[in-house]
Amino acid sequence: MTTSKAVKNVPPHPMDSLLRTERIPHIWCPGCGIGTVFSAVISAIKNTGWDPNSIAVVSGIGCTGRMAGYIRLDSFHTTHGRAIPFATGLKLARPQTKIVVVSGDGDLFAIGGNHFIHAARRNMDMTVICVNNLNYGMTGGQQAPSTPLGAKTTTSVNGAPEEPFNFSYLASACGATYVARWTAMQVRSLRSSISEALEKRGFSFVEVITPCPSSFGRRNRMGSALEMLKFYQGRSVIRGDIDPKDASMDIDKEIVVGKFVDIERPTFLDHYEKFNRQQMPQWRSLHGDSQKAR
Amino acid sequence: MNGDEACCEGALAAGCRFFAGYPITPATEIAESMSRRLPQLGGIFIQMEDEIASMAAILGASWGGVKSMTSTSGPGFSLMMENIGLGICTETPCVVCNVQRAGPSTGLPTSVGQGDVMQARWGSHGHYEIIALCPSSPQQMFDMTIRAFNFSEYYRLPVMILADEVIGHMNERVIIPREDEIEIVNRRKPSVSREDYLPYKADADGIAPMANCGDGYRIHVTGLTHDDRGYPAMNAEAQEQMVSRLVDKIRNNREKIISTNNLFLDDAEVVVVSYGISARSSMQAVRNARNEGIKAGLITLETIWPFPEELIRNVARQAKAMIMAEINGGQMVLELERCACGACPVSLVSNYGGAIIHPNLILNAISKAAKGKT
Repeated sequence: MTTSKAVKNVPPHPMDSLLRTERIPHIWCPGCGIGTVFSAVISAIKNTGWDPNSIAVVSGIGCTGRMAGYIRLDSFHTTHGRAIPFATGLKLARPQTKIVVVSGDGDLFAIGGNHFIHAARRNMDMTVICVNNLNYGMTGGQQAPSTPLGAKTTTSVNGAPEEPFNFSYLASACGATYVARWTAMQVRSLRSSISEALEKRGFSFVEVITPCPSSFGRRNRMGSALEMLKFYQGRSVIRGDIDPKDASMDIDKEIVVGKFVDIERPTFLDHYEKFNRQQMPQWRSLHGDSQKAR
Repeated sequence: MNGDEACCEGALAAGCRFFAGYPITPATEIAESMSRRLPQLGGIFIQMEDEIASMAAILGASWGGVKSMTSTSGPGFSLMMENIGLGICTETPCVVCNVQRAGPSTGLPTSVGQGDVMQARWGSHGHYEIIALCPSSPQQMFDMTIRAFNFSEYYRLPVMILADEVIGHMNERVIIPREDEIEIVNRRKPSVSREDYLPYKADADGIAPMANCGDGYRIHVTGLTHDDRGYPAMNAEAQEQMVSRLVDKIRNNREKIISTNNLFLDDAEVVVVSYGISARSSMQAVRNARNEGIKAGLITLETIWPFPEELIRNVARQAKAMIMAEINGGQMVLELERCACGACPVSLVSNYGGAIIHPNLILNAISKAAKGKT
């Protein structure tokens, strides 16, 4: 995390209309993958053609959490791990608003893990983008639920003794309607997946494997940011439409990337409205049980 | 109806159309009533995965422009503290009702307690001011829930209702006024263009107009220390400026916020101060004392935070003694002692929770104090 003085006389950028330019320069380190994801998110949002006043971005805490502060949309930088429940309240209060949650792997799956699985189960209509940099960057590179077994971090100096989560598999198991994973090198595929996720009704999820050269890369001798990017891309195997449980996320062997889930399922609000208008049958008959409920 | 149901009806009358909560005794009936009533009024009820999520969801809903609330009891209140802090820092209107039970920890889930009054004050980290109301009847649950929403909308913060198990579960007559007899306050909206709007620039009364999500102002809201634009500002000056405003908007308006119910204060020599169900025990004790010829009086704290410092200071100068009755080991008595500031002796009648205070215990304390023994 660095702070520097405002840069003057910079030519306009095509994404300026969606940037809080007065807040640039940002705090991200040189070589960080968040910038790539940020620009993919912004261009995907721009491509939808939606009214910018009908989109809100919600983030938690961490390096990726700062994204909400640089995007010129209604944007909410909430507490650590709580972006999804905050977004849930916002969505239910304003169903006409498109909600994008952007956060890191620690925020979404360690401290916020419970909220993630329940929002996916409820099929809350929102797009969640996870920047997975394999560690906690903001606090200086600690072990995360994504850290590979044996990798070094400041809280696992002899190697992480825990096995990591496979976030995309988890998301699909919890009921997400759209799940995709890319590395930060696969920008075009990433952008088109984010676009598809934004257009998807229901809980959509995109995971991006990004380099954190300042912390994770440095401690694990992975070289420069570019070398890290190439390493992740080199390990990646594109396999769309496979069973999400086979979409392995193992940086020592293979990082399966692609779109793993794209299904339709009624959202929380679809069901809420139907049940409360008495348009749904009693649950026993709903499940084809002909026996009378006692 | 019982106090919990009255709380729900009060919230609906105030315009609440979003509730997020998690089941917990003795506050569950508020959530149950909300789940039944909100869909009838086009509102949303959602049972979240925990109280952390419930508190986060009502903040989100409030920024979506919908009046929102949650309810809980001690263990859930502890979990809500993190996002109560976010609500304070981002100045988000909403209401949190804590129907207190006896703690610490799981404690006595089905029995009364008043041990969360100090937690309500500063339970989330950092320095701030809050508004907390203490109902002592189901009717007050109804009335104060409306008042809580009005305060939250006007002063832009999570307002707490500190009820207790007995008030929540007690059935009493509740009179619900006609809609046009209920005063409703709504948040002030910005009147300037997007370019000129500073989301955290306060008007003369210390309150900043609030743009909701989707109003076209493209606001940024953060729990980091922020400037008038709402942008993070990582320095001591910005901290001083922001926290001063959070504190001053309550402190400078405390005369408009504070309310107490005073009984026999004019000639009282022994003054009992109490709140919630303990104020009901105290009222009985004070009346019995009067029947015995003792000049006793009662201050019922309707607003427990901010504490009525000026009133207590003045009363302490005239009274022979003051007594705090509360169901905890002595929390608000510390405030009473602070404000009495040695002008008269202060004593405590209390238990640690599980049962209400018998009026005779308070009467004994009044008799002793009247004889000059404390």
